[in-house]
Amino acid sequence: MSTDNLTTRRDFLKGSAAATGALVIGFTIPAVTRFGAAAAATPAAGSSFAPNAFLRIAPNGEITVVSGLSEMGQGAHTGIASLVAEELDADWKSVRLEQAPVDKAYVNPSFGMQATGGSSSIRGGYLPMRKAGAAARQMLVTAAAAQWGVDAATCRTENGRVYGAGGRSLGYGELVAAASKLPVPQDPPLKDPKDFRILGKGVPRIDTPAKVNGTAQFGIDVKLPGLLTAVMAHAPVPGAKVVSVDDTAAKAIPGVRKIVQIPQGVAVLADGYWPALKGRDALVVKWDDGPLGTLTSEAISKSLTDATTKPGNVARSEGNVDAPVAKSLEAIYEVPYLAHACMEPMNCTAWVRAGEAEVWAPTQGPGPHQGIVAELTGLPPEKVKVHTTYLGGGFGRRFAPDFIVSSTLISKAAGAPVKLVYSREDDTRAWFYRPASVTRFKAGLDKDGNPVSLLARIAAPSLMIGAGFVKELPKGIDEQAVEGIIDCPYAFPNLRVEYTQAEPGIPVWFWRSVGHSQNAYFLESFIDEVAAATGKDPVEFRRSLLGKQPRLRGALDLAAQKAGWGSPLPQGVHRGVAVASSFGSYVAQVAEVSMDAEGKPRVHRVVAAVDCGATVNPEIIKRQVEGAIVYGLSAALYGKITFANGRVQQSNFDDYPMLRMNEMPRVEVHIVPSTEAPGGIGEPGLPPATPAVVNAIFAATGKRVRKLPV
Amino acid sequence: MITLTVNGKIVQLSATPDTPLLWALRDELGYTGTKFGCGISTCGACTVHVDGKATRACSTTIEAVAGKQVTTIEAMDSNRIGQALQAAWIRHDVPQCGYCQSGQIMSAAALLATKPKPSDADIDQAMRRNLCRCGTYNQIRAAIKDAATALGA
Repeated sequence: MSTDNLTTRRDFLKGSAAATGALVIGFTIPAVTRFGAAAAATPAAGSSFAPNAFLRIAPNGEITVVSGLSEMGQGAHTGIASLVAEELDADWKSVRLEQAPVDKAYVNPSFGMQATGGSSSIRGGYLPMRKAGAAARQMLVTAAAAQWGVDAATCRTENGRVYGAGGRSLGYGELVAAASKLPVPQDPPLKDPKDFRILGKGVPRIDTPAKVNGTAQFGIDVKLPGLLTAVMAHAPVPGAKVVSVDDTAAKAIPGVRKIVQIPQGVAVLADGYWPALKGRDALVVKWDDGPLGTLTSEAISKSLTDATTKPGNVARSEGNVDAPVAKSLEAIYEVPYLAHACMEPMNCTAWVRAGEAEVWAPTQGPGPHQGIVAELTGLPPEKVKVHTTYLGGGFGRRFAPDFIVSSTLISKAAGAPVKLVYSREDDTRAWFYRPASVTRFKAGLDKDGNPVSLLARIAAPSLMIGAGFVKELPKGIDEQAVEGIIDCPYAFPNLRVEYTQAEPGIPVWFWRSVGHSQNAYFLESFIDEVAAATGKDPVEFRRSLLGKQPRLRGALDLAAQKAGWGSPLPQGVHRGVAVASSFGSYVAQVAEVSMDAEGKPRVHRVVAAVDCGATVNPEIIKRQVEGAIVYGLSAALYGKITFANGRVQQSNFDDYPMLRMNEMPRVEVHIVPSTEAPGGIGEPGLPPATPAVVNAIFAATGKRVRKLPV
Repeated sequence: MITLTVNGKIVQLSATPDTPLLWALRDELGYTGTKFGCGISTCGACTVHVDGKATRACSTTIEAVAGKQVTTIEAMDSNRIGQALQAAWIRHDVPQCGYCQSGQIMSAAALLATKPKPSDADIDQAMRRNLCRCGTYNQIRAAIKDAATALGA
């Protein structure tokens, strides 16, 4: 779900007085079908549905921003509400956020469907949401001016009130009725950024209070009368089919109510998770593993590596990388499959009834998921209600449909509301992994030691095909498998990027920063090798090749300066650097690493500089970059999903570990001041983290880390 | 029937004695602030207090806590340490997705109850068994120190 091609769109503002007497501002964003098939499978619900609006002001002055974006920790709810509140001149304390139902009004302009991902929320909402706030503000001012019999130009707004001459003022709530009768301005003027009171200032997150007292409602917290909990025996191997089920022992467990078989596996339904889990564990299921039943990680690794020995489809070509050079370097880099490991295990509550269905889900794709439930139940999409809860982590995983599909089929078969919960082991083993990938590099230096050519041969599964977005790759290139290398920022006069689609058969999915997650590691590690071959300092070498990349070079300069690049470090501590541009933002990081007595790296400090254009919330930006670094370090140091006999060998946090408090480095994030359009921020902090660390490991040990985890 | 005290109220549970406290709290009593993360005491999302001690509710049977005092995140606003931690969590805007934060606050509360001025090493020791996939560890550390200062003032 990369969304680097955000296009400008006209927003259509329209207003209506809601039945509650609240002032409602809504607008629709024409759907842009980037992912044709997926979007077409998701017809938007009727536009006459009452909550088709982004902003509601109650007579008591309470401001409700309605967002179709999923809140998974990235701060989208706070960001979107901030954009509206800024132009509205709202009192931030009176703003609340309401999760939207599925409606075409809430289609993410970056995707053409109601979904959250690709670090697109702020990029997509930056102007439309500000316009929604500005239009409402203009109407409130017009209403106040009319009441006072003065020119609207003599009025001003602040903290939820309109002020007129002579010290008089009216609260927004008092103006709701009059403002509702006014036409909605089509092109309201927006503030000059120098007048911003909320944007760029770092207002508190809108969701924090509910997240410190246990009241925040995640998908797993859904309660319904008569709700049964389901735990499934999932296929142990992709494509495996049930041959036989002996459920005698499962049925004997107190609290077990029903056993339901669906194509995806066998579900035990019970009065709560514990009896459902015990019931599932008591099932005796025989599986036909199918053709993948002998698959091993060694075979996957070999097939990907072998694929890079032959030329692939040419994704980019400039000059001639085959021309003779004075010196050449070659290296092969490899990453494994990775699970997302969201803290909240996959779950979904579904209730399929006669003529209608409802799902409650921590989902990144309520729009497409509504379409999927409609298809599975034979219902028209408008009869499928999707309630998006808070997401206990997303990272791309919750855009996948597996938990939606299974819970819907189980509820349909059981005729009851069903909450399907994956155990942690189920979650770890449910596939939808970041693809394994191998890249073979070759670089050439001329007789003076200048880098003149770079060849990158990438072999990886296709996400675009795996996720069902396309049936055939345009020009044989998967854009996500090559992103981060095809757009190599370094000026090599001769450059070729090739891609070979290699499909071991394991279902793959979008994982935080997608192709950049491995490709920045590949490219930035190899560039470090080239730098070392030229004898140049890693920062200086990069700078010399980033002449046409002022923003990336600006981030590099700031990170190097803040990290004190070149200054002395404590004994045994070494620095590494990396840069990467993704999702419209530019990030550089310097990592400080030492090796312990057992040869394990310890990351002490990471200094990041980010240029993500105009900032909506600098505090959230810093946290997202820091969080992305931690996510990247967990993958770099520990992350791997491996296979034996087609079965995933990891199961839980003991064998799929992640960074803990005692391993947490100091992290400093510096923001490059910018007036450019906002870039993404949920993902761009991740790609440089791994290469910065492995380059520091090289500085410490003289050894390159060409295969992850370290 | 197993009887215990949850957040000051005496409750009787009909679940089987081998049921983990976590699922009795969530499915039978409706205290969903305590989260399920791993089921094997590796992530700390299910941390509650049993007689004041930080305990992994996913791996503690209700039989083992019969007659004991159980405290969950839902009651943390009714004691001084809980209030200080929640206020510090808000001041530092600690949560991202927020799923692990109930457990983080419960572990932090147990730490401050025994070590009112925890060192970095104390925090590492007490909090290393609470995972945060969003990577809020530095904010958690800062908030714990801030709460400790507020409580000492």
